Parts: sequence; structure tokens; C-alpha cells
Amino acid sequence: MPRRLLCNAKIVVDEWRYVAESAADAATPLIVTLAQWQLEPDTWLARGTPLGLVLSPPHHVQQIAADLEHFSLIAAEFSGPAEGRGYTQARQLREQWHFTGELRATGYVRRDQLFFMARCGFNSFELPETDIEDAHTAFATFTAAYQPSNDTGLPRKLCTTEYPAAE
Amino acid sequence: MSIGAIQGSQSTVLGMYRYDTTDKTLVRQRVAQFRDQTQRFLKGALSEDEFKHLRLRNGLYIQRHAPMLRISIPYGLLAARQLRTLAKIARDYDRRYGHFTTRQNIQFNWPKLEQVPDILQDLAEVEMHSIQTSGNCIRNITSDHLAGITPEELEDPRPWCEIIRHWATFHPEFTYLPRKFKIAVTGAPQDRAASLVHDVGVHIVRGPNGELGFEIHAGGGLGRTPIIGQVVREFLPREHLLSYLTAVLRVYNLEGRRDNLHKARVKILVRSLGIEEFRRRVEAEWQLLRDGGLRIDEAEVARLQSFFKPPGYLELPNIAPDLGREIAFLAWYRYNTTAHKAAGYRAVFISLKKPGVPPGDVTDVQMDFIADLADRYSFGEVRVTHTQNLLLGDVEQRRVYELWQQLRAAELATPNIGTLTDIICCPGLDFCSLANARSIDVAKLINERFDDYDYIYDLGEIDIKMSGCMNGCGHHHVGNIGILGVDKGGEEWYQITIGGAAGADASLGSVIGPSVPKAQVVETIERLLEVYVEQRGSEERFLDTVRRLGMKPFKERAYAAPLAV
Repeated sequence: MPRRLLCNAKIVVDEWRYVAESAADAATPLIVTLAQWQLEPDTWLARGTPLGLVLSPPHHVQQIAADLEHFSLIAAEFSGPAEGRGYTQARQLREQWHFTGELRATGYVRRDQLFFMARCGFNSFELPETDIEDAHTAFATFTAAYQPSNDTGLPRKLCTTEYPAAE
Repeated sequence: MSIGAIQGSQSTVLGMYRYDTTDKTLVRQRVAQFRDQTQRFLKGALSEDEFKHLRLRNGLYIQRHAPMLRISIPYGLLAARQLRTLAKIARDYDRRYGHFTTRQNIQFNWPKLEQVPDILQDLAEVEMHSIQTSGNCIRNITSDHLAGITPEELEDPRPWCEIIRHWATFHPEFTYLPRKFKIAVTGAPQDRAASLVHDVGVHIVRGPNGELGFEIHAGGGLGRTPIIGQVVREFLPREHLLSYLTAVLRVYNLEGRRDNLHKARVKILVRSLGIEEFRRRVEAEWQLLRDGGLRIDEAEVARLQSFFKPPGYLELPNIAPDLGREIAFLAWYRYNTTAHKAAGYRAVFISLKKPGVPPGDVTDVQMDFIADLADRYSFGEVRVTHTQNLLLGDVEQRRVYELWQQLRAAELATPNIGTLTDIICCPGLDFCSLANARSIDVAKLINERFDDYDYIYDLGEIDIKMSGCMNGCGHHHVGNIGILGVDKGGEEWYQITIGGAAGADASLGSVIGPSVPKAQVVETIERLLEVYVEQRGSEERFLDTVRRLGMKPFKERAYAAPLAV
């Protein structure tokens, strides 16, 4: 069964495959791990399809910054309900490295995390099938925010108490 | 002890932050979110473990007997109407009492899980909540309970607490930290907020040109690995407070350990990197953030400061207490009241350390009564101190005697603030599922033995802090005398430390020797106090005597001869 995910607030069928997943034809966009990428970058580039990269919790965004131009998708991994590094990784990717591609939350992803993930810059979410139908309601959890963020994954940018820059 | 409804209360303009439309909306939306999460859990759509991560972010623990709900009291400030709501919650949903904590919050020990969303709704009506009172996120911001009152402060820290509280609430990036994160802010040289044992301590200080800014400390904490916080930055211009805190939190979120619950606090990261390397990383991240959208402009500071303007003080002369009054009043006045920056006013402590009552506990009737007193004597405001007492901050000196009579009639005038029996204590084995030993029990034994106020007053300034386990919720490491409950083959034993302090000269206590059974705790303390009384210099505090003499004489006396059991 093809994987469904919530992308830009809509349920869609995933066009991407991870390398470990079988049955990817030559035209399918692929998501590689950092180790796979670092081992043979030229092989992956030679495929000519869009490429995605998995960012694990301990990885630093700086490690992949120089290669970002090759990727149209970054999948940040959440190892469990307590994992929180992906939120910072997402903000750094969006705000410091200006990554504009698909930023995907993968691993342990549930609707209760979605609002904050979307505020940090994630715009696609691999949710379990049991959670996916109602998950979009999470984007409306709060209608305002106390702190500026990039809000890339929210259908509408929140009104924040951003302070005007002082002289 | 009821005094009925108070007519003709004072000014209704409170010196505290009031919610705007956005605040109200967000708190309501949080209640709706939590109601939905609770219902999904009760229907089985969320597992125990999944729900745990969600409920904890809303102050809900599952304890020994029942859930425990912790309610946030931002920097310890309560309006009378809020205290009445807490009384109502104690009455309607709990067993008619609540427990004030060392972080200026209140806990209820007996709510029913399915009623918690209703409690939160009642709280929202009076601009209160339990957001981020537990879980691995930024917790309630605490401060000096004498903020805005004390004559010696550089600036009132509460507007800054409020700026941080806003920024930290529902922070999208810092809600799944390696571990909890506690921030305290103080504006006076005396540190009454224990800021050096917080993850971050923010001190208002003057910069090189006399301008006000912040000294930032990080890496303090108690628990299994007690550490005193270190200076990360000596002077931070005030407009950068939030970007700097973001940099600290970001380094911690990425680098803090997540593999071991007991090594996950920022203090462990600071210790393993060393303060220089930690500082280097924070400063590097801050360079990327400092000129972004978190810069605080003066108009916003002024807006928040306007909430904390002094209430309408009358022009009154300073008057000394009438020495012709009862001795009991004069003793209470000396220990339970303190100086105020406004002439003719005094700050008045309400001791929650009455012998026989668990420290910090207060009943619904008492809460209603104190709320009435606040309306009548102190501009409708009550403060919670980190030492688990309450404070009426703005009492006219000419009405202090009258207030004492009211408090005494209600058994709320125990004259022991800052003395041996003003014990800080966690709920211990009676309520907490983590505890090894009872602490309330031991507090009771200490109170029974030391019931002679002449002796207690002669001992002067001294504090006992007690925790039921090494998590250290009772701050035993920084007690002048610290007591830690340990489990020894299924029995409750207690390890005793001396020489700890939580203020500006914070230090960790040293263990005097092997732990003692419960029946010997009081006798051991008595022996330690004997050494102090024999050896102290004139006006020397217990803490200073310990620091001067070292452990040896105390240790020798404590274990000199067999203790009577």
C-alpha cells in the first residue's frame, strides 16, 4: 500500500521512496541517509531524479549545509515521543540556511506534535494511518503565538508578538 | 475563623500582569486541546505512554494515590480572586487543601483525571493555567517574593519575568527538551529566588556605563548532581535577553544528553563541556540570532512595566511597632514582617509552617480567609515565597497590629519566618511516588522538639531543608541543615548535611557522616545546634560558624556517643 502523508496541510500519496524501500524505479525520487550520501554522492546525483536526505537527531545541520543545494527534501527523524532536536534542526534549516524545499517529519510523528513542528518549518508529516485523517485539525490548535518563528508548515502564518528591531 | 465578606476593600488596580485578548484565547485553546487529549486517552486512542508526554506538559502527574495537578503561579503573584478560585478547586475537586511549592506554584494531590479539564476551565476564568508546570520544557519563571517592594533592588524583575513567560509559553522549538528547564530572575543583591540552583539565573545588574542589563548564569541545579550555576555572560544589554536565552536553549536542545534521564539537565552539559566551551557555543549561536525578531524594544518593556506600577500608596509616616503591645506580637513583627520601600508600609509573611501542619499546606477556608485579608490590607494581592510561605506585600504599618490579630485568630501567625522551624519540605513518601522516605513526618518531629521560641530566636537565622529522595525537591543540598530521605533495606533513614545556602553566596552542604534512622534525626540536629551555640562568635549565623569551623567539630559531636532512640 502506498504511503500517505500530510503535505502542505493535505493528505497526499507519497511520491518519494527511501533507499531501503524496494520497488523504486529509475524515475522515482529517492531519500538517502547521510551515510549513503557521503559514501557515493556522484552515484546519487547521476540518477538525475530529485534527491532527499535523512537528518538523524544527532546530526548537525552544519554537516549538510554545503550539500543542501542538491536536495529538494530533508526528512528529520524523531526517535520517540520525547525527541526534540528536530525542532531546532528545522528552524536552523529554514532560518539560517534558507532551505525552501520539503521539510518532512519522519519517525515518531503524531498529531499532538504537528502544530509546533509546522511552526518550526516542517511542511510534511509521515503520520500513522490511525492518526492521519484528523491530523489537519492540529494546525488550528492555537490561533496566535508569543514568539516569532517561520511557521512554514502552517496554512496561515501566525500573528506573533515580534518586536520591531531597535536602532 | 471566618471574617465574612469584606466591605470597602482597597484599590482594585493590581500591580500584576492582566491577560489581553490573545492571552485569553490561547489559554482557552489550551484547555480545549487538553480536553481532546484526555478524551482520546480515556477512549483508548492514546496509550499510557503517549498520554504521559502530553499530560506532563500540562502539570498532571500520576502519583502514589491519585493524579497530582500543579498549577502555575507566575513568579508567585496571586490576585485575591485567583486565590479564591484555588480555594474553590480545593473544595470542589480535591480534599479541601493545596500545597505551595518551592517554585511558587500550588499542587493539588487528589483531583480526578476526568475532572482536570474542568479545573483548567475554572482556572482560565481567572487568568490561570497549568501550562508547562511539568514535562521537559521551560517551566514557570520564578522570582524574588519581595520584587517591587524591597528597598535594595536595582529594578523590579517582574516585567522581565513576564517577557520571558510570554516568550517561553508554547515555544515551538523548546517544548521537547532533554529535560526540564527552570529560569529565575532577580533584581536585588540578596538572591531570594535561589537563582544559582536554576538552569538559568538572570540577575539584573548595571553595565559599564551604569545602564541596566543582565548577568546570565547557567548550569545550576539540585537533584542527584547538585551544582551551583556559573556566569555565562557578565553583562547582556537588555534588548537581547530573549535572543540570548534562545541561544542557550538551542545549544542545550541539540547537545544535552537524552540517553540518561539523570544526566540530561543543562548543568551536566555545562560541566562536561566546561563553562568556556559552553559559553563559546552559546555566543556563536547568539551572533546569528541577536539582530533578528527577538530584539526587545523599549516600548514593549515600558508596556509590561506599566502593569507593575506601585499600587496607590498613601503618604504615611514610618512608625515603629508599639513596644507596649503583647510580646507575642512583637516577636511576630520582628520575624514575620520586613522592610518596604514605601514609607509607612511593611511586607507581612503568613507562615505556612505551623507545627503539626505539612509545610506549605493550606486549606480552602484559609485560602478564602487570606484572600479577604489581601483585599482588606494589601491591595488584593498575595505572593507565594519560594520558602513555601505567603506574603501580603503592601500593608500599612498602622494596620499591622490589627492584621496580626486577625492572623493569630486564624492560627496563621506562627512567628517563625527565617528560623529553625520555617522548614522547606517536599511532599515526601506520603504523596510522591518517587520518595524513599517521609519528610512531612520528620518536619513534625522537629517542630515538636523545638517548640521553645526563646531557644529558636536565640539560634537566629537558620534554615532546614528536607527532601524525601535524591531528586531534591526540598532543596536539601542548599539548606544550612539539609535532610535527605534514603531507603535502607526498606526502612526510612536520613542523611544530614550542613553548610548549604541558596542565596547570593550559594553553596552546597557537606554530609556530616552516615545516615541516621528517623528516631535519631532530631537528636542529631540538636547536637549540631549545641556545637553552634557553644562556638559561635557574636552575631555569627549558623552558616558562618560552619564555614569558619569546618565539619570536624559538628561531625565529632553528632556521632560522639550512642544516640538515644
